Amino acid sequence: MKNWPKSLLLAFALLAFLFSLMAERGLINDYYLDIILMIGVNIILGVGLNLVTGYTGQFSLGHAGFMAVGAYLAAAVTVFLGDDVTRIFGEGSVQTTGLYLLAMMIGGLGAALAGVIVGAPSLRLKGDYLAIVTLGFGEIIRVIIQNMEIIGGPRGFSVPVTPTNFFWTYLMAAICIYVVVLLVNSTYGRGFLMVADDEIAAEAMGINTTKYKVIAFVVGAFFAGIAGGLYVHFKQYIHPEGFNFLRSVDIVVIVILGGMGNTPGVIAAAVLLTILPEGLRYVAGWEVLPNWVRHVAQNRMILYSLLLITLMLTRPQGLFTFNRRLRQRLT
Amino acid sequence: MAEFIQQLINGLALGSIYALIALGYTMVYGVLRFINFAHGDVYMIGAFAGFYLAPWVWTIFPEPQEAGWQAVPGAVAVLLGSMAICALLGMAIEWLVYRPLRNRPRLTVLITAIGVSLFLENTGQLFFGAEPKFFPDIMPDRAIEGLGDLIVMINQVVVLGVTFALLVALRFVVMKTKIGTAMRALSFNPLAAQLMGINTSVVISFTFAIGSALAAAAGVLQAINYPSIDPLMGILPGIKAFVAAVLGGIGNIPGAALGGFIIGVLETFVVGYISPMYRDAIAFAVLILILLFKPSGLLGKVEREKV
Repeated sequence: MKNWPKSLLLAFALLAFLFSLMAERGLINDYYLDIILMIGVNIILGVGLNLVTGYTGQFSLGHAGFMAVGAYLAAAVTVFLGDDVTRIFGEGSVQTTGLYLLAMMIGGLGAALAGVIVGAPSLRLKGDYLAIVTLGFGEIIRVIIQNMEIIGGPRGFSVPVTPTNFFWTYLMAAICIYVVVLLVNSTYGRGFLMVADDEIAAEAMGINTTKYKVIAFVVGAFFAGIAGGLYVHFKQYIHPEGFNFLRSVDIVVIVILGGMGNTPGVIAAAVLLTILPEGLRYVAGWEVLPNWVRHVAQNRMILYSLLLITLMLTRPQGLFTFNRRLRQRLT
Repeated sequence: MAEFIQQLINGLALGSIYALIALGYTMVYGVLRFINFAHGDVYMIGAFAGFYLAPWVWTIFPEPQEAGWQAVPGAVAVLLGSMAICALLGMAIEWLVYRPLRNRPRLTVLITAIGVSLFLENTGQLFFGAEPKFFPDIMPDRAIEGLGDLIVMINQVVVLGVTFALLVALRFVVMKTKIGTAMRALSFNPLAAQLMGINTSVVISFTFAIGSALAAAAGVLQAINYPSIDPLMGILPGIKAFVAAVLGGIGNIPGAALGGFIIGVLETFVVGYISPMYRDAIAFAVLILILLFKPSGLLGKVEREKV
């Protein structure tokens, strides 16, 4: 249908309103709420990385680093500026919401800045080198955070409040999807796709490939930062190890599974891959199964890696790509 | 001065490990133009292969309880056995996973390599257990007497010696044998090599076998010096060895060895003279610098990209 992102946005808004009413009344089990919020966070992460890797063809293995920047900045704002805000503006739900939004914005902008810093040297590299350098930057970010005592360092960092709820998470997710889809369906999107397909031809046509790469990187990083901000405000505790290479791989698997350059597919994959570990945890508890099966279920990385390999061997366009044009692009 | 030489020796010993792993990366890149992300985990499997082989070997060869030369045949057997196992593993991975993807876009193969790497690490955790194991003492370890302030352990000499021997052997294979020449031909121009009648698949399998064998040797040598092995031990050395290969010029065999030694010495010096906190950051810093200023590496030549 025409202008589906706008309709989606409105639908989300309505659903979110209803849902958060229910959640406030305690009608939703805390465990399920956690999973649902996590789905929202993963959607934002996946759609952001999809813009970088799927549409623009820049393979980034350091996306968790941007999430870390956003999470830690947002947490720092809440923890360190919370008292000042209360002192100046007083107590109240408007103030807490205002502080929360400020925290998220700063987290997102900080992550975007990190995106510029990472993107600038890396974007002249291709393929394998870019992957390793982004991996390196992700690790560097993590190591820097780990050595900063003021935000907890190796002990992790806690946030006392949990303003994240269904409404904010899915509002941000909807905004993220809206922005990405709008970008992709504009001249920018043409630029992204050209950079992914053939950089030399793009330059020959007068397209500034660096500009499009940086834009993709920064937008992706911004939303990763927002996701990080959301994440820290419902998990309440973050630790540098939670943003390591494996976390980046998790997000990459979401994008690959959904189909690179396939935003609805990536959303579906995000939902699937958030629920999957929980499902596996449940399966691992079944005593009927032989021990080694239970062990494999517990260690979801074995399954993820097999999934990656099998997917690349048999269906590289991802599980959720039914569009022939996309399939041809990716095979 | 003595401390400088001490650190130098330590650095060269560390660098030998990186050099051996880096050779695998560079050879595979030379023939396939592809970074084998899973190579670091082959190193890990090599260490574990040695771990499980050692008790077996000791049923035949004498155990190293007594000091001296009695232990050498056993140690050599463990080393060679581990190398053989990993050569087979490398060939199996190539045949099962990389060969079907020969004509696919580079990104696909890269992602698959990451998948293989994760698979090896996590099945390793499943089968070997995630907690570190203690590698058995296959060689007696002692400091060499009579060097004054210098502490040089026999194991370090062994690492340097074995690495040197393997490098010489590799040079011989690559330069003087038919299959080595085929490897070089393939790395210059795959199409022309095929037109000359070279069986690409055989050469590629052979390349993977040699690279994996060298990584296994690195694993065993490392385990001799630092007996704690665990399934995730290959991640960091793998990345550092990749940086070493890039530093030397990816695709260039002497470059990989040189890069390995440089990174090893650099890392030891930074840890010794500046701070141990930056141990792992050195390799990444080197990578970023080299890619910014001389992407073709120290010994590499600039490859013109043909449109």
